[in-house]
Amino acid sequence: MQNVTTRVKVPDTAAKGDIIEIKTLAYHPMVSGQGKDASGHTIPREIINTFTCQYNGKEVFRAKLEPAIASNPLLGFYIKVDAGGTFDFTWIDDDGSVYKNSASITVT
Amino acid sequence: MKRSEMLVVTGVGGAAMLASAAWPGRAWATPDEARAYIASTLGPGTPVEGKVTLEVPDIAENGANVPVTITVDSPMTESAYVKTILLVADGNPNPGVARFDLSPANGKASIECRIRLAQTENVIAIAQLNDGSLWSATKHVKVTIGGCGG
Repeated sequence: MQNVTTRVKVPDTAAKGDIIEIKTLAYHPMVSGQGKDASGHTIPREIINTFTCQYNGKEVFRAKLEPAIASNPLLGFYIKVDAGGTFDFTWIDDDGSVYKNSASITVT
Repeated sequence: MKRSEMLVVTGVGGAAMLASAAWPGRAWATPDEARAYIASTLGPGTPVEGKVTLEVPDIAENGANVPVTITVDSPMTESAYVKTILLVADGNPNPGVARFDLSPANGKASIECRIRLAQTENVIAIAQLNDGSLWSATKHVKVTIGGCGG
């Protein structure tokens, strides 16, 4: 799908051992496959079916999403930080498109 | 009749009407199908009510966007952590909503998301711990306008 953008909210800094909250959002209609167009034809499903979060290259969270997730899927979750570095976020679309975002954190 | 009660009554009727208009002849998932889905995804154990806190509004005016927070009481250490959280809605066209894979790296087992509910139905969260045990919480949500057509 074209023109899908994403947003992530990660604290800039944290203390070693802190449990931080991460929120992510993808602007995507999450077409459920249940709706019909004006002429009565089913509108084919197209959703983001997978989301992953990697922390310094290691996967720390994975979500498998179904059509019952609302449009513009928001996900909030927690990560325990032990070192500064990078979070890499990936969203995978039914059509094979992959959307990415990242954020860095300084741990003191 | 109190205003809140009236909202509930019209809500149920409204959702049913919308549902029949949007999905003529549509077969909805049933609680049995939801149980079968849970068993096929997490294995045969029977979830025990407990450890899981499910925050969902009692009444969702718009079923297209219902906020959900699931929190599991777990220390999230190497010896005791939540492996998987499964979110299910037993009156949607399909019972599965989402599956979340966790590990001790999360520190805290809590997930926030937004879901679609087609009608008044039960939302169920099941947590599978690293010892294989299954825990659950169920909440009945009244839906005013169903939301799976998007």
